[in-house]
Amino acid sequence: MDKVKVNMFVNGKPVSLEVKPYARLLDVLREDLGLTGTKEGCGVGECGACTVIVDGETVNTCLTLAASMDGKHITTIEGLMENEKLHPIQEAFIKHNALQCGFCTPGLIMSAKALLDSNPNPSTEQIKVAISGNLCRCTGYEQVVDAIKEVAEKSK
Amino acid sequence: MADSSITRVDVLAKALGKAKYTDDLKFDNMLYLKVVRCPHPHARVIGINKEKALAIEGVVAVLTATDIPGLPCQPKERPILVPEIARYAGDGVALVVAESPKAALEGAEAVRVEYELLEAVFDPEEALKTGAPLVHGDNNVAAQSKVCKGDVEAGFKEADLILEREYNTHRVEHAPIEPEVAIAVPTFEGITVYCPTNSPFQVRQIVAETMAMPQSQIRLFQPTIGGSFGSKCYDAGVLASRAALAAKLTGRPCKIVYTREESIVESTKRHPYKMKYKVGVKKNGKLTAMEVKIIGDSGAYKSKTPFVISRSSIEATGPYVVPNVHTEAICVYTNNVTSCAMRGFGSPQVAYASELLMDELAEKLGIDPLKFRRINGLKDNSLSATGQVMQNVTLDECLDKLEQEIKWSSRKAELKQQDKTGSIVKGLGLACMYRGESFGSAGQGSDYAGATLQVQRDGSITLYSAMSEVGQGGHTMLVRVVSEVLGIKPSRIFVSPVDTCYVPDSGPTVATRGTYVIGNAIRLAAEEVKAKFAEVAAEELGVRPEELVFKDERIYCPGDPSKSISFSRIAAQCYLKSKSPYGYGWWSPPVGSWDREKGQGEAYSSYVYGACAAEVELDLDLGKVEVMKFVAVHDVGKALDKEEVKGQIAGGVSMGIGYALMEDLVVRQGVVKTVNFDEYLLPTSLDIHEIIPVIVEQPSSYGPLGAKGLGEPVMSAVAPAILNAIADALGTRVYDLPANLEAVLDKARAAKGRCCND
Repeated sequence: MDKVKVNMFVNGKPVSLEVKPYARLLDVLREDLGLTGTKEGCGVGECGACTVIVDGETVNTCLTLAASMDGKHITTIEGLMENEKLHPIQEAFIKHNALQCGFCTPGLIMSAKALLDSNPNPSTEQIKVAISGNLCRCTGYEQVVDAIKEVAEKSK
Repeated sequence: MADSSITRVDVLAKALGKAKYTDDLKFDNMLYLKVVRCPHPHARVIGINKEKALAIEGVVAVLTATDIPGLPCQPKERPILVPEIARYAGDGVALVVAESPKAALEGAEAVRVEYELLEAVFDPEEALKTGAPLVHGDNNVAAQSKVCKGDVEAGFKEADLILEREYNTHRVEHAPIEPEVAIAVPTFEGITVYCPTNSPFQVRQIVAETMAMPQSQIRLFQPTIGGSFGSKCYDAGVLASRAALAAKLTGRPCKIVYTREESIVESTKRHPYKMKYKVGVKKNGKLTAMEVKIIGDSGAYKSKTPFVISRSSIEATGPYVVPNVHTEAICVYTNNVTSCAMRGFGSPQVAYASELLMDELAEKLGIDPLKFRRINGLKDNSLSATGQVMQNVTLDECLDKLEQEIKWSSRKAELKQQDKTGSIVKGLGLACMYRGESFGSAGQGSDYAGATLQVQRDGSITLYSAMSEVGQGGHTMLVRVVSEVLGIKPSRIFVSPVDTCYVPDSGPTVATRGTYVIGNAIRLAAEEVKAKFAEVAAEELGVRPEELVFKDERIYCPGDPSKSISFSRIAAQCYLKSKSPYGYGWWSPPVGSWDREKGQGEAYSSYVYGACAAEVELDLDLGKVEVMKFVAVHDVGKALDKEEVKGQIAGGVSMGIGYALMEDLVVRQGVVKTVNFDEYLLPTSLDIHEIIPVIVEQPSSYGPLGAKGLGEPVMSAVAPAILNAIADALGTRVYDLPANLEAVLDKARAAKGRCCND
């Protein structure tokens, strides 16, 4: 099958790739670009472990065709650190014990980032809604919500 | 605590997305596997036609049971590939090995298997009847366990009230977010397997048996583990063996990773139980006798069923003094998906039944349910159901804290006054729990742990154990124990990845034994290092070793501050003087007497206690229940890290809410129907409201630094507290799990006298 050419920006860097028309963005990130921080938990868009940010919006990369990413800006968990410094959300997750096994963590952090980028001062309810597409089996979400709240409060 | 502010040792890499889970690993020349599964619950494999599959571009091989050099499985265990009979709809029949995941999938779809369908059995009670289809051998009994104390008939005669109830608990999925995965790499010396598992040495044993190779030639390496909750033991053993088989036969690295659908269809579940309770009680609230009959569904294979059922029979009465007890528990083979260990390991089912029962008894006698628990609750020197003299019992303390935190009496009174004419009603309920730590004397198998420390020349330390860091903070717990014993900063300690080539066997990370058993092994290792270092330091300082204290990174003489030397310097001195800088610990819990016939004796050497309360809001029109507030009081012995304890409690409560209200693995005629998270519903952030963890710290006599296990106990009391709150709100009871929309709406309509067309 013919491949499709895609020019996109991944974590700020231009990336030019030829992908199969049916290739999922998840597989292209993990396999072709080696960005394994994005995880697969269900493959049907229910668990949110594969969440990344595309042009400011969260998407489930297991449901997204890589071929549709032409011209888009994609941020993955690997793109959060700046100048070797932890992103405040990463710092807060660690401080609040908001992660245990860590498998859902990159997805949760990306959902938190998309929320705070668009709404720096969210209510608890808005935080809960923003992460409601990310299943976490370990933490029970409380410390995750606390971590996101703290980042929001600090940025005031 | 030397330094209570340190973060967990494993979280930085996880937060950065840099932690390497098994599926993140790549090897040159790697092949991919896909399992061909039997779609029928019970069938004989007549023939396997590989031709079409082998013709597909990229398919390298199609393997079947005849390719297995060793054992496909131990008797009555799940085979790597079935030699003849498939016993559930999901049993692996063939394994397609291909150059890409896509070719493997196409290959698996092209394998033609001819089956002779066999009569199947799905109901455990049916499976016990004469003439029922046999799953294994000449009867379907997978395991049984009894507890008999006193004379129940005499006890019932003494009673003023006798209540008989039946409770059903359902089958649920562990659902760690990381699905099962394994990679096997053939090496000159043997096979290296990368696999997330909670039981590295057990998985290695299964691989060695499959491959007919010495265990020492199988090297099992644990990458980061994306959750387990008990599931990644036998399931991982099967997966790892499939990968090893393909790697050995092709001479190339082989990866097998399940989709969520494969995971749910194949993996083990929590045992569904049918429980019949008959209980006698006096007017003053004192229990006189309890008769319990439990029948559990083991599914198609044995797995940990004998251990799960024995724990259930021991804990069936709940943490109460019952003078006369007769419990008979049996688990039965069926052609359903296999049941195995899951967080709580046989405790949550009986905690559910016994706590609903206690609540109803209290109600019938007009006694406050919290007071009723106090009347009957175990205390120091009480006799347990197994006749054990209980020590260090903290149930009352847990109830005290619960009462304070939720303001039990006043809140109860407030809720009594609520306006119940609208569509939302509120209720408050509680439940208690107790649980024996580790495997116990009842014979859950040998129980031991080894652990090693090597102090390096620069004073940094490498810690070796087989503790599986499944997310619970197990590695950090070990670091804290060592830091406390040696008076050094946790940052000095590096936890070695679990690699069976190097680490000592610490047993599996299951059964509330991580902190208790492995924690003690590392304590002993640290104490050995301490003794050796004290010798060397004493010589340097010109004092006796017993005069020395290890604190703040130094070894010194409290009486004379000038006699002081740094920990690092003594580390260097050990190497200079050719003294051993190693510590090795081997610990196994004390084993008490146990009469297997009667189920009497010292079942466990240590117990944990807890008390929980739930406040619910129930929508009478929708049947929807929201757990608005959940207070969970647990005795943790000593909290090695309070934030971590809170995280364990919140996670357990969340899983318990799923168990109580929404999770339900639907199996019809042996076929799993809820195969992904769109149908198998896990709690999301919107389902979880306020969770208040409360810690009781009554140091354990045996636990390291007085600590007790927590990960599993936090599950037990959640569902019964919620169901008791639902009963409080509705004035009528749901007896079977889950209390989902349909079940609650049914009761709500009955309670309100509404009809279905309302």
